[in-house]
Amino acid sequence: MRLLINKIVLGLSTLSALIGLGFLAWILITLFIKGLGSFHFSLFLNDLIDGGLRNLIVGQFILAGIAAAIGIPLGMVAGIYLQEYGRSRYAGLIRNLSDIMMSAPSIVIGAFVYAIVVVPSGGTSGFAGAIALSIMMLPIVINTTDNMLSLVPRELREAGIALGASKYRVILDIVIKAAKVGIMTGILLAFARIIGETAPLLFTSETSNYFSLDLSESFPSLTVSIYDLANEPEESSRDLAWAASFILTVLVLTINLTGRYFTRNKKR
Amino acid sequence: MEKIFRNLAFSSASLVFVILIGIFITLFLASKDSIDEFGLGFIVNPNWNTEISLSNPNANMDMDMDMDDSSASDDMMMLDDEDDMPAEADTMLFDEDVKDTFTEYGGLVPIVGTLLSTIIALVFALPIAMGIAVFLAEIAPKNIAYPIGIAIELLAAIPSIIFGMWGLYYFAPIVADLVGGYQVSLLTAGLVLGVMILPFMAAITRDSMNTTPDVLKESAYAMGATKFEVIKDIIFPYSKVGIIGSIILALGRALGETMAVAFLIGSIFTLPSSITDPTISIPVAMANNFGEAAGLGESSLFYLALILFIISFAIISIAKLYFLRGAK
Repeated sequence: MRLLINKIVLGLSTLSALIGLGFLAWILITLFIKGLGSFHFSLFLNDLIDGGLRNLIVGQFILAGIAAAIGIPLGMVAGIYLQEYGRSRYAGLIRNLSDIMMSAPSIVIGAFVYAIVVVPSGGTSGFAGAIALSIMMLPIVINTTDNMLSLVPRELREAGIALGASKYRVILDIVIKAAKVGIMTGILLAFARIIGETAPLLFTSETSNYFSLDLSESFPSLTVSIYDLANEPEESSRDLAWAASFILTVLVLTINLTGRYFTRNKKR
Repeated sequence: MEKIFRNLAFSSASLVFVILIGIFITLFLASKDSIDEFGLGFIVNPNWNTEISLSNPNANMDMDMDMDDSSASDDMMMLDDEDDMPAEADTMLFDEDVKDTFTEYGGLVPIVGTLLSTIIALVFALPIAMGIAVFLAEIAPKNIAYPIGIAIELLAAIPSIIFGMWGLYYFAPIVADLVGGYQVSLLTAGLVLGVMILPFMAAITRDSMNTTPDVLKESAYAMGATKFEVIKDIIFPYSKVGIIGSIILALGRALGETMAVAFLIGSIFTLPSSITDPTISIPVAMANNFGEAAGLGESSLFYLALILFIISFAIISIAKLYFLRGAK
Protein backbone atom coordinates (compact mmCIF):
# COMPACT_ATOMS: atom_id res chain seq x y z
CA MET A 1 0.00 0.00 0.00
CA ARG A 2 2.72 2.44 0.97
CA LEU A 3 4.61 1.52 -2.13
CA LEU A 4 1.52 1.97 -4.27
CA ILE A 5 0.86 5.47 -2.90
CA ASN A 6 4.51 6.23 -3.45
CA LYS A 7 4.27 5.16 -7.08
CA ILE A 8 1.08 7.18 -7.67
CA VAL A 9 2.52 10.35 -6.18
CA LEU A 10 5.77 10.06 -8.07
CA GLY A 11 3.79 9.41 -11.23
CA LEU A 12 1.65 12.50 -10.67
CA SER A 13 4.74 14.56 -10.04
CA THR A 14 6.37 13.40 -13.25
CA LEU A 15 3.10 14.05 -15.04
CA SER A 16 3.04 17.66 -13.84
CA ALA A 17 6.58 18.17 -15.11
CA LEU A 18 5.36 16.87 -18.46
CA ILE A 19 2.39 19.27 -18.32
CA GLY A 20 4.77 22.17 -17.69
CA LEU A 21 6.98 21.13 -20.60
CA GLY A 22 3.87 20.55 -22.69
CA PHE A 23 2.77 24.17 -22.23
CA LEU A 24 6.22 25.43 -23.20
CA ALA A 25 6.24 23.21 -26.28
CA TRP A 26 2.68 24.18 -27.21
CA ILE A 27 3.44 27.90 -27.04
CA LEU A 28 6.74 27.59 -28.91
CA ILE A 29 5.27 25.37 -31.63
CA THR A 30 2.34 27.75 -32.07
CA LEU A 31 4.78 30.62 -32.40
CA PHE A 32 6.92 28.75 -34.90
CA ILE A 33 4.02 27.70 -37.09
CA LYS A 34 2.10 30.99 -37.01
CA GLY A 35 5.19 33.18 -36.83
CA LEU A 36 7.25 31.48 -39.52
CA GLY A 37 4.15 31.28 -41.72
CA SER A 38 4.00 35.06 -41.92
CA PHE A 39 7.71 35.68 -41.52
CA HIS A 40 9.57 37.31 -44.34
CA PHE A 41 12.91 39.05 -44.46
CA SER A 42 11.25 42.15 -45.88
CA LEU A 43 9.76 42.60 -42.39
CA PHE A 44 13.20 43.83 -41.33
CA LEU A 45 13.38 46.33 -44.19
CA ASN A 46 10.00 48.03 -44.06
CA ASP A 47 8.33 50.08 -41.35
CA LEU A 48 4.93 49.24 -39.91
CA ILE A 49 3.22 51.71 -42.20
CA ASP A 50 4.43 49.60 -45.17
CA GLY A 51 3.58 46.31 -43.49
CA GLY A 52 7.02 45.70 -41.96
CA LEU A 53 8.44 45.71 -38.46
CA ARG A 54 11.76 47.53 -38.84
CA ASN A 55 10.81 50.69 -36.94
CA LEU A 56 9.25 48.67 -34.12
CA ILE A 57 12.28 46.42 -33.58
CA VAL A 58 14.69 49.36 -33.65
CA GLY A 59 12.36 51.34 -31.38
CA GLN A 60 12.05 48.55 -28.83
CA PHE A 61 15.84 48.16 -28.71
CA ILE A 62 16.32 51.92 -28.25
CA LEU A 63 13.75 52.05 -25.43
CA ALA A 64 15.24 49.05 -23.63
CA GLY A 65 18.78 50.28 -24.36
CA ILE A 66 18.19 53.68 -22.80
CA ALA A 67 16.44 52.02 -19.86
CA ALA A 68 19.50 49.80 -19.44
CA ALA A 69 21.86 52.78 -19.70
CA ILE A 70 19.99 54.40 -16.81
CA GLY A 71 19.11 51.32 -14.79
CA ILE A 72 22.38 49.35 -14.90
CA PRO A 73 24.82 51.92 -13.45
CA LEU A 74 22.34 53.15 -10.83
CA GLY A 75 21.37 49.61 -9.89
CA MET A 76 24.96 48.40 -9.68
CA VAL A 77 26.09 51.31 -7.53
CA ALA A 78 23.04 50.86 -5.29
CA GLY A 79 23.78 47.14 -5.02
CA ILE A 80 27.37 47.97 -4.09
CA TYR A 81 26.09 50.25 -1.36
CA LEU A 82 23.90 47.51 0.10
CA GLN A 83 26.66 44.93 0.13
CA GLU A 84 29.81 46.97 0.80
CA TYR A 85 28.78 50.01 2.78
CA GLY A 86 25.38 49.40 4.26
CA ARG A 87 25.50 47.46 7.48
CA SER A 88 22.75 49.58 8.95
CA ARG A 89 19.05 48.88 9.25
CA TYR A 90 18.62 51.40 6.45
CA ALA A 91 20.35 49.06 3.99
CA GLY A 92 18.08 46.24 5.14
CA LEU A 93 15.06 48.43 4.53
CA ILE A 94 16.25 49.39 1.05
CA ARG A 95 16.92 45.73 0.25
CA ASN A 96 13.36 44.80 1.19
CA LEU A 97 11.87 47.77 -0.64
CA SER A 98 13.84 46.90 -3.75
CA ASP A 99 12.48 43.36 -3.63
CA ILE A 100 8.97 44.74 -3.28
CA MET A 101 9.55 47.12 -6.17
CA MET A 102 10.70 44.19 -8.31
CA SER A 103 7.27 42.61 -7.93
CA ALA A 104 5.26 45.83 -8.24
CA PRO A 105 2.61 45.64 -10.99
CA SER A 106 4.20 46.95 -14.17
CA ILE A 107 1.03 48.77 -15.22
CA VAL A 108 1.17 50.80 -11.99
CA ILE A 109 4.70 51.89 -12.89
CA GLY A 110 3.30 52.90 -16.26
CA ALA A 111 0.60 54.98 -14.55
CA PHE A 112 3.22 56.56 -12.27
CA VAL A 113 5.40 57.62 -15.20
CA TYR A 114 2.30 58.82 -17.02
CA ALA A 115 1.50 61.13 -14.09
CA ILE A 116 5.03 62.48 -13.54
CA VAL A 117 6.39 62.59 -17.11
CA VAL A 118 3.65 62.32 -19.73
CA VAL A 119 1.17 64.77 -18.21
CA PRO A 120 3.70 67.56 -17.42
CA SER A 121 5.46 67.18 -20.80
CA GLY A 122 2.17 67.26 -22.67
CA GLY A 123 2.20 63.88 -24.41
CA THR A 124 3.55 60.39 -24.75
CA SER A 125 7.23 60.17 -25.58
CA GLY A 126 10.12 57.76 -25.99
CA PHE A 127 11.71 59.29 -22.90
CA ALA A 128 8.71 58.42 -20.77
CA GLY A 129 8.75 54.84 -22.05
CA ALA A 130 12.47 54.46 -21.36
CA ILE A 131 12.05 55.88 -17.86
CA ALA A 132 9.24 53.43 -17.11
CA LEU A 133 11.41 50.52 -18.26
CA SER A 134 14.41 51.75 -16.26
CA ILE A 135 12.25 51.82 -13.12
CA MET A 136 11.36 48.20 -13.89
CA MET A 137 15.00 47.30 -14.38
CA LEU A 138 16.53 49.09 -11.39
CA PRO A 139 15.46 46.68 -8.62
CA ILE A 140 16.45 43.62 -10.68
CA VAL A 141 19.97 44.95 -11.16
CA ILE A 142 20.21 45.93 -7.48
CA ASN A 143 19.13 42.45 -6.43
CA THR A 144 21.61 40.72 -8.77
CA THR A 145 24.56 42.93 -7.80
CA ASP A 146 23.75 42.56 -4.12
CA ASN A 147 23.58 38.76 -4.35
CA MET A 148 26.64 38.34 -6.54
CA LEU A 149 28.83 40.61 -4.40
CA SER A 150 27.83 38.65 -1.32
CA LEU A 151 29.49 35.59 -2.90
CA VAL A 152 32.87 37.30 -3.20
CA PRO A 153 35.14 35.98 -0.43
CA ARG A 154 35.99 38.39 2.34
CA GLU A 155 39.70 37.58 2.05
CA LEU A 156 39.86 39.23 -1.38
CA ARG A 157 38.67 42.50 0.09
CA GLU A 158 41.02 42.23 3.04
CA ALA A 159 43.94 41.54 0.75
CA GLY A 160 43.15 44.67 -1.23
CA ILE A 161 42.86 46.82 1.86
CA ALA A 162 46.10 45.37 3.22
CA LEU A 163 47.88 46.50 0.07
CA GLY A 164 46.84 50.02 0.95
CA ALA A 165 44.09 50.46 -1.65
CA SER A 166 41.21 52.71 -0.71
CA LYS A 167 37.85 51.07 -0.25
CA TYR A 168 36.29 52.25 -3.50
CA ARG A 169 39.37 51.07 -5.43
CA VAL A 170 39.04 47.67 -3.81
CA ILE A 171 35.38 47.54 -4.79
CA LEU A 172 35.85 48.66 -8.38
CA ASP A 173 39.11 46.81 -9.13
CA ILE A 174 38.76 43.64 -7.10
CA VAL A 175 35.26 42.89 -5.88
CA ILE A 176 33.40 43.81 -9.04
CA LYS A 177 35.88 41.91 -11.20
CA ALA A 178 35.44 38.81 -9.07
CA ALA A 179 31.67 38.99 -9.40
CA LYS A 180 31.68 40.09 -13.05
CA VAL A 181 30.22 36.99 -14.67
CA GLY A 182 27.35 36.67 -12.22
CA ILE A 183 26.44 40.32 -12.51
CA MET A 184 26.56 40.20 -16.31
CA THR A 185 24.24 37.21 -16.34
CA GLY A 186 21.81 38.99 -14.06
CA ILE A 187 21.90 42.07 -16.25
CA LEU A 188 21.27 40.06 -19.41
CA LEU A 189 18.28 38.36 -17.77
CA ALA A 190 17.00 41.75 -16.64
CA PHE A 191 17.40 43.11 -20.17
CA ALA A 192 15.57 40.09 -21.59
CA ARG A 193 12.74 40.78 -19.20
CA ILE A 194 12.27 44.49 -19.91
CA ILE A 195 12.58 44.18 -23.68
CA GLY A 196 9.46 42.01 -23.63
CA GLU A 197 7.45 44.37 -21.41
CA THR A 198 4.25 45.88 -22.75
CA ALA A 199 2.21 47.22 -19.85
CA PRO A 200 4.57 50.03 -18.72
CA LEU A 201 4.82 51.29 -22.31
CA LEU A 202 1.09 51.41 -23.12
CA PHE A 203 0.58 54.98 -22.03
CA THR A 204 4.14 56.22 -21.77
CA SER A 205 5.79 55.66 -25.16
CA GLU A 206 2.70 54.29 -26.91
CA THR A 207 3.79 53.22 -30.37
CA SER A 208 4.18 54.66 -33.83
CA ASN A 209 3.78 53.41 -37.38
CA TYR A 210 6.80 55.34 -38.59
CA PHE A 211 10.52 55.09 -38.12
CA SER A 212 11.58 57.52 -35.43
CA LEU A 213 14.67 58.43 -33.47
CA ASP A 214 13.01 61.41 -31.81
CA LEU A 215 12.52 60.53 -28.17
CA SER A 216 10.26 63.50 -27.47
CA GLU A 217 7.43 62.01 -29.56
CA SER A 218 5.38 58.83 -29.38
CA PHE A 219 7.91 56.10 -30.01
CA PRO A 220 7.62 52.86 -32.01
CA SER A 221 7.38 49.86 -29.69
CA LEU A 222 7.23 46.25 -30.84
CA THR A 223 5.26 44.97 -27.87
CA VAL A 224 2.63 47.74 -27.86
CA SER A 225 2.16 47.26 -31.60
CA ILE A 226 1.71 43.51 -31.15
CA TYR A 227 -1.12 44.29 -28.75
CA ASP A 228 -2.71 46.73 -31.20
CA LEU A 229 -2.29 44.44 -34.22
CA ALA A 230 -3.59 41.36 -32.42
CA ASN A 231 -6.79 43.21 -31.57
CA GLU A 232 -7.48 44.30 -35.12
CA PRO A 233 -10.08 42.37 -37.06
CA GLU A 234 -8.07 41.90 -40.30
CA GLU A 235 -6.32 38.59 -40.73
CA SER A 236 -3.24 40.32 -42.18
CA SER A 237 -2.75 42.43 -39.04
CA ARG A 238 -2.94 39.38 -36.86
CA ASP A 239 -0.46 37.51 -39.05
CA LEU A 240 1.92 40.43 -38.64
CA ALA A 241 1.37 40.28 -34.88
CA TRP A 242 2.33 36.60 -34.91
CA ALA A 243 5.46 37.29 -36.92
CA ALA A 244 6.36 40.08 -34.48
CA SER A 245 5.69 37.79 -31.50
CA PHE A 246 7.92 35.16 -33.04
CA ILE A 247 10.77 37.64 -33.48
CA LEU A 248 10.28 38.99 -29.95
CA THR A 249 10.29 35.53 -28.38
CA VAL A 250 13.37 34.38 -30.29
CA LEU A 251 15.10 37.58 -29.18
CA VAL A 252 14.13 37.25 -25.53
CA LEU A 253 14.98 33.55 -25.29
CA THR A 254 18.31 34.08 -27.08
CA ILE A 255 19.36 36.81 -24.65
CA ASN A 256 18.16 34.67 -21.76
CA LEU A 257 20.06 31.58 -22.88
CA THR A 258 23.21 33.62 -23.59
CA GLY A 259 23.11 34.84 -20.01
CA ARG A 260 22.72 31.31 -18.67
CA TYR A 261 25.51 30.02 -20.88
CA PHE A 262 27.97 32.42 -19.19
CA THR A 263 27.17 31.22 -15.68
CA ARG A 264 27.27 27.61 -16.73
CA ASN A 265 30.79 28.01 -18.05
CA LYS A 266 31.79 29.77 -14.89
CA LYS A 267 30.49 27.02 -12.67
CA ARG A 268 32.52 24.32 -14.37
CA MET B 1 37.14 60.32 -4.09
CA GLU B 2 36.20 57.72 -1.53
CA LYS B 3 33.61 60.07 -0.07
CA ILE B 4 32.14 60.93 -3.46
CA PHE B 5 31.75 57.27 -4.37
CA ARG B 6 30.22 56.45 -1.02
CA ASN B 7 27.69 59.23 -1.34
CA LEU B 8 26.91 58.28 -4.91
CA ALA B 9 26.25 54.72 -3.79
CA PHE B 10 24.11 55.91 -0.92
CA SER B 11 21.98 58.15 -3.15
CA SER B 12 21.47 55.41 -5.74
CA ALA B 13 20.24 53.07 -3.04
CA SER B 14 17.98 55.76 -1.63
CA LEU B 15 16.50 56.21 -5.11
CA VAL B 16 14.53 53.00 -4.51
CA PHE B 17 12.99 54.55 -1.44
CA VAL B 18 12.28 57.81 -3.25
CA ILE B 19 10.64 56.07 -6.22
CA LEU B 20 8.38 53.92 -4.04
CA ILE B 21 7.29 56.88 -1.92
CA GLY B 22 6.92 58.84 -5.15
CA ILE B 23 4.60 56.20 -6.60
CA PHE B 24 2.43 56.30 -3.47
CA ILE B 25 2.21 60.09 -3.40
CA THR B 26 1.68 60.44 -7.15
CA LEU B 27 -1.05 57.83 -7.28
CA PHE B 28 -2.71 59.36 -4.25
CA LEU B 29 -2.64 62.88 -5.65
CA ALA B 30 -3.82 61.75 -9.08
CA SER B 31 -6.72 59.83 -7.58
CA LYS B 32 -7.62 62.56 -5.10
CA ASP B 33 -10.61 63.83 -7.11
CA SER B 34 -12.06 60.36 -7.21
CA ILE B 35 -11.31 59.69 -3.53
CA ASP B 36 -12.99 62.95 -2.53
CA GLU B 37 -15.97 62.16 -4.71
CA PHE B 38 -16.58 58.51 -3.91
CA GLY B 39 -14.60 57.83 -0.73
CA LEU B 40 -14.09 54.24 0.37
CA GLY B 41 -17.53 53.35 -1.01
CA PHE B 42 -15.69 53.20 -4.36
CA ILE B 43 -14.48 49.73 -3.41
CA VAL B 44 -17.97 48.23 -3.10
CA ASN B 45 -19.70 50.20 -5.85
CA PRO B 46 -20.38 48.01 -8.91
CA ASN B 47 -21.13 50.89 -11.31
CA TRP B 48 -18.54 52.24 -13.71
CA ASN B 49 -19.14 55.25 -15.89
CA THR B 50 -22.84 55.33 -15.08
CA GLU B 51 -25.14 58.35 -15.20
CA ILE B 52 -26.82 59.08 -11.90
CA SER B 53 -29.77 61.45 -11.84
CA LEU B 54 -29.65 64.23 -9.31
CA SER B 55 -32.94 65.82 -10.30
CA ASN B 56 -34.76 63.60 -7.87
CA PRO B 57 -34.64 65.46 -4.56
CA ASN B 58 -34.40 62.17 -2.71
CA ALA B 59 -31.40 61.09 -4.73
CA ASN B 60 -28.83 61.92 -2.10
CA MET B 61 -30.82 60.43 0.72
CA ASP B 62 -31.86 57.33 -1.14
CA MET B 63 -28.58 56.06 -2.55
CA ASP B 64 -29.62 52.42 -2.36
CA MET B 65 -32.55 52.87 -4.66
CA ASP B 66 -30.47 54.91 -7.01
CA MET B 67 -27.80 52.30 -7.27
CA ASP B 68 -30.28 49.58 -8.05
CA ASP B 69 -31.69 51.62 -10.89
CA SER B 70 -28.36 52.40 -12.36
CA SER B 71 -26.98 48.89 -12.21
CA ALA B 72 -29.97 47.74 -14.21
CA SER B 73 -29.33 50.33 -16.87
CA ASP B 74 -25.65 49.52 -16.62
CA ASP B 75 -26.29 45.94 -17.60
CA MET B 76 -28.30 47.01 -20.58
CA MET B 77 -25.65 49.42 -21.68
CA MET B 78 -23.01 46.71 -21.58
CA LEU B 79 -25.12 44.24 -23.51
CA ASP B 80 -25.49 46.36 -26.59
CA ASP B 81 -22.89 48.99 -26.23
CA GLU B 82 -23.04 50.29 -29.75
CA ASP B 83 -26.78 50.88 -29.86
CA ASP B 84 -26.56 52.86 -26.69
CA MET B 85 -23.71 55.05 -27.75
CA PRO B 86 -25.71 57.86 -29.36
CA ALA B 87 -28.14 57.91 -26.47
CA GLU B 88 -25.27 58.17 -24.05
CA ALA B 89 -23.73 61.01 -25.99
CA ASP B 90 -27.06 62.80 -25.90
CA THR B 91 -27.39 62.53 -22.17
CA MET B 92 -23.87 63.79 -21.78
CA LEU B 93 -24.69 66.89 -23.78
CA PHE B 94 -27.82 67.22 -21.73
CA ASP B 95 -25.64 66.95 -18.67
CA GLU B 96 -23.62 69.99 -19.39
CA ASP B 97 -26.71 72.06 -20.03
CA VAL B 98 -28.70 71.17 -16.97
CA LYS B 99 -26.19 69.56 -14.62
CA ASP B 100 -28.72 67.38 -12.91
CA THR B 101 -26.81 64.15 -13.40
CA PHE B 102 -23.27 63.11 -12.75
CA THR B 103 -21.17 60.16 -13.81
CA GLU B 104 -20.48 57.59 -11.18
CA TYR B 105 -17.39 55.41 -10.92
CA GLY B 106 -17.01 52.38 -8.67
CA GLY B 107 -14.26 49.83 -8.45
CA LEU B 108 -16.07 46.67 -7.35
CA VAL B 109 -16.13 44.92 -10.73
CA PRO B 110 -12.39 45.21 -11.54
CA ILE B 111 -11.45 44.44 -7.93
CA VAL B 112 -13.57 41.28 -7.92
CA GLY B 113 -12.28 40.35 -11.39
CA THR B 114 -8.67 40.75 -10.24
CA LEU B 115 -9.16 38.66 -7.12
CA LEU B 116 -11.16 35.89 -8.80
CA SER B 117 -8.81 35.49 -11.76
CA THR B 118 -5.88 35.33 -9.34
CA ILE B 119 -7.59 32.68 -7.24
CA ILE B 120 -8.36 30.57 -10.32
CA ALA B 121 -4.73 30.91 -11.41
CA LEU B 122 -3.50 29.78 -7.99
CA VAL B 123 -5.86 26.81 -7.76
CA PHE B 124 -4.74 25.69 -11.21
CA ALA B 125 -1.01 26.36 -10.84
CA LEU B 126 -0.42 25.25 -7.26
CA PRO B 127 -0.67 21.44 -7.62
CA ILE B 128 1.21 21.39 -10.93
CA ALA B 129 3.95 23.68 -9.61
CA MET B 130 4.38 21.51 -6.52
CA GLY B 131 4.58 18.43 -8.75
CA ILE B 132 7.21 20.03 -10.96
CA ALA B 133 9.22 21.15 -7.94
CA VAL B 134 9.14 17.67 -6.41
CA PHE B 135 10.11 16.16 -9.74
CA LEU B 136 13.06 18.51 -10.21
CA ALA B 137 14.28 18.36 -6.63
CA GLU B 138 13.76 14.71 -5.77
CA ILE B 139 12.81 12.42 -8.61
CA ALA B 140 14.74 13.33 -11.73
CA PRO B 141 18.42 12.44 -11.92
CA LYS B 142 20.68 15.50 -12.10
CA ASN B 143 21.37 15.27 -15.82
CA ILE B 144 17.64 15.34 -16.60
CA ALA B 145 16.64 17.82 -13.90
CA TYR B 146 19.07 20.44 -15.20
CA PRO B 147 17.73 20.84 -18.76
CA ILE B 148 14.11 20.50 -17.61
CA GLY B 149 14.73 23.12 -14.95
CA ILE B 150 16.05 25.47 -17.63
CA ALA B 151 13.08 24.73 -19.89
CA ILE B 152 10.66 25.56 -17.06
CA GLU B 153 12.55 28.80 -16.41
CA LEU B 154 12.39 29.66 -20.11
CA LEU B 155 8.63 29.35 -19.88
CA ALA B 156 8.84 32.12 -17.28
CA ALA B 157 10.93 34.26 -19.64
CA ILE B 158 8.34 34.32 -22.44
CA PRO B 159 6.81 37.83 -22.61
CA SER B 160 3.33 38.02 -21.15
CA ILE B 161 1.83 39.39 -24.36
CA ILE B 162 2.73 36.09 -26.07
CA PHE B 163 0.81 34.20 -23.38
CA GLY B 164 -2.14 36.46 -24.10
CA MET B 165 -2.19 35.83 -27.85
CA TRP B 166 -1.60 32.11 -27.52
CA GLY B 167 -4.24 31.96 -24.80
CA LEU B 168 -6.84 33.79 -26.85
CA TYR B 169 -6.38 31.95 -30.15
CA TYR B 170 -5.31 28.45 -29.08
CA PHE B 171 -5.96 27.77 -25.41
CA ALA B 172 -9.32 29.48 -24.78
CA PRO B 173 -11.23 27.74 -27.61
CA ILE B 174 -10.26 24.35 -26.18
CA VAL B 175 -11.24 25.35 -22.65
CA ALA B 176 -14.55 26.74 -23.89
CA ASP B 177 -15.22 23.51 -25.79
CA LEU B 178 -14.56 21.46 -22.68
CA VAL B 179 -16.50 23.41 -20.05
CA GLY B 180 -18.79 25.58 -22.15
CA GLY B 181 -19.29 29.29 -21.72
CA TYR B 182 -17.49 32.16 -23.41
CA GLN B 183 -14.00 31.97 -24.82
CA VAL B 184 -13.13 35.24 -23.14
CA SER B 185 -13.97 34.72 -19.50
CA LEU B 186 -12.75 34.76 -15.96
CA LEU B 187 -11.93 31.06 -16.29
CA THR B 188 -9.75 31.24 -19.41
CA ALA B 189 -8.01 34.39 -18.12
CA GLY B 190 -7.34 32.70 -14.79
CA LEU B 191 -6.01 29.54 -16.43
CA VAL B 192 -3.60 31.38 -18.72
CA LEU B 193 -2.51 33.41 -15.71
CA GLY B 194 -1.95 30.08 -13.97
CA VAL B 195 0.28 28.84 -16.80
CA MET B 196 2.25 32.09 -16.47
CA ILE B 197 2.93 31.86 -12.74
CA LEU B 198 3.51 28.10 -12.86
CA PRO B 199 7.25 28.20 -13.70
CA PHE B 200 7.87 31.03 -11.25
CA MET B 201 6.23 29.12 -8.41
CA ALA B 202 7.92 25.84 -9.35
CA ALA B 203 11.38 27.43 -9.48
CA ILE B 204 11.20 29.03 -6.03
CA THR B 205 9.60 25.95 -4.48
CA ARG B 206 12.33 23.74 -5.95
CA ASP B 207 14.99 26.07 -4.56
CA SER B 208 13.56 25.95 -1.07
CA MET B 209 13.16 22.16 -1.27
CA ASN B 210 16.81 21.90 -2.24
CA THR B 211 17.80 23.55 1.04
CA THR B 212 16.68 20.46 2.97
CA PRO B 213 19.85 18.91 4.44
CA ASP B 214 20.72 15.57 2.85
CA VAL B 215 21.38 14.09 6.31
CA LEU B 216 17.69 14.42 7.20
CA LYS B 217 16.57 12.74 4.00
CA GLU B 218 19.14 9.97 4.28
CA SER B 219 18.14 9.18 7.85
CA ALA B 220 14.53 8.81 6.77
CA TYR B 221 15.44 6.57 3.84
CA ALA B 222 17.61 4.50 6.16
CA MET B 223 14.54 3.87 8.30
CA GLY B 224 12.74 2.46 5.31
CA ALA B 225 10.65 5.46 4.30
CA THR B 226 9.45 5.63 0.70
CA LYS B 227 10.25 8.64 -1.45
CA PHE B 228 6.74 9.99 -0.96
CA GLU B 229 7.05 9.70 2.82
CA VAL B 230 10.36 11.52 2.76
CA ILE B 231 8.82 14.28 0.67
CA LYS B 232 5.71 14.52 2.83
CA ASP B 233 7.27 14.18 6.27
CA ILE B 234 10.77 15.59 5.85
CA ILE B 235 11.03 17.96 2.88
CA PHE B 236 7.66 19.67 3.06
CA PRO B 237 7.81 20.48 6.77
CA TYR B 238 11.41 21.64 6.40
CA SER B 239 10.79 23.95 3.44
CA LYS B 240 7.18 24.87 4.29
CA VAL B 241 7.92 28.50 5.03
CA GLY B 242 9.78 29.01 1.77
CA ILE B 243 7.03 27.29 -0.21
CA ILE B 244 4.32 29.48 1.31
CA GLY B 245 6.49 32.49 0.53
CA SER B 246 6.76 31.41 -3.10
CA ILE B 247 3.00 30.99 -3.35
CA ILE B 248 2.42 34.48 -2.01
CA LEU B 249 5.00 35.96 -4.36
CA ALA B 250 3.30 34.23 -7.28
CA LEU B 251 0.00 35.63 -6.04
CA GLY B 252 1.45 39.13 -6.05
CA ARG B 253 2.67 38.62 -9.58
CA ALA B 254 -0.69 37.32 -10.79
CA LEU B 255 -2.54 40.28 -9.28
CA GLY B 256 -0.60 42.81 -11.32
CA GLU B 257 -0.40 40.91 -14.60
CA THR B 258 -1.84 42.98 -17.42
CA MET B 259 -1.23 41.77 -20.94
CA ALA B 260 -2.07 38.07 -20.69
CA VAL B 261 -5.32 38.90 -18.91
CA ALA B 262 -6.17 41.77 -21.26
CA PHE B 263 -6.60 39.37 -24.17
CA LEU B 264 -8.79 36.97 -22.30
CA ILE B 265 -10.94 38.53 -19.62
CA GLY B 266 -13.38 40.23 -21.99
CA SER B 267 -12.99 43.75 -20.62
CA ILE B 268 -16.57 44.57 -19.69
CA PHE B 269 -17.61 46.25 -16.48
CA THR B 270 -20.14 43.70 -15.25
CA LEU B 271 -19.98 41.38 -12.31
CA PRO B 272 -19.64 37.78 -13.55
CA SER B 273 -22.50 35.48 -12.56
CA SER B 274 -20.37 32.40 -13.23
CA ILE B 275 -16.69 31.81 -13.83
CA THR B 276 -17.27 31.36 -17.55
CA ASP B 277 -18.55 34.94 -17.86
CA PRO B 278 -16.40 37.81 -19.11
CA THR B 279 -15.52 40.63 -16.71
CA ILE B 280 -12.53 42.94 -16.12
CA SER B 281 -9.54 43.28 -13.80
CA ILE B 282 -7.79 46.36 -12.44
CA PRO B 283 -4.72 46.24 -14.73
CA VAL B 284 -6.91 45.57 -17.76
CA ALA B 285 -9.28 48.42 -16.87
CA MET B 286 -6.24 50.67 -16.81
CA ALA B 287 -4.70 49.31 -20.01
CA ASN B 288 -7.89 49.68 -22.04
CA ASN B 289 -9.38 52.89 -20.66
CA PHE B 290 -6.44 55.09 -19.78
CA GLY B 291 -6.14 56.55 -23.26
CA GLU B 292 -9.68 57.85 -23.51
CA ALA B 293 -10.23 58.73 -19.87
CA ALA B 294 -10.17 62.28 -18.58
CA GLY B 295 -11.25 64.09 -15.45
CA LEU B 296 -13.06 61.94 -12.94
CA GLY B 297 -12.69 58.83 -15.11
CA GLU B 298 -8.91 59.14 -15.21
CA SER B 299 -8.81 59.94 -11.54
CA SER B 300 -10.85 56.81 -10.81
CA LEU B 301 -8.39 54.71 -12.84
CA PHE B 302 -5.59 56.11 -10.69
CA TYR B 303 -7.68 55.22 -7.64
CA LEU B 304 -7.81 51.63 -8.94
CA ALA B 305 -4.05 51.72 -9.51
CA LEU B 306 -3.55 52.91 -5.94
CA ILE B 307 -5.72 50.06 -4.61
CA LEU B 308 -3.80 47.52 -6.71
CA PHE B 309 -0.47 48.93 -5.57
CA ILE B 310 -1.46 48.80 -1.91
CA ILE B 311 -2.75 45.22 -2.23
CA SER B 312 0.36 43.96 -3.99
CA PHE B 313 2.65 45.95 -1.68
CA ALA B 314 0.99 44.38 1.34
CA ILE B 315 1.08 40.86 -0.09
CA ILE B 316 4.71 41.03 -1.16
CA SER B 317 5.73 42.59 2.17
CA ILE B 318 4.11 39.71 4.03
CA ALA B 319 5.85 37.17 1.80
CA LYS B 320 9.24 38.86 2.14
CA LEU B 321 9.22 39.85 5.78
CA TYR B 322 7.50 36.87 7.26
CA PHE B 323 8.07 33.85 5.07
CA LEU B 324 11.21 34.46 3.07
CA ARG B 325 13.24 36.20 5.77
CA GLY B 326 15.53 33.23 6.19
CA ALA B 327 16.07 32.92 2.45
CA LYS B 328 18.99 35.33 2.42
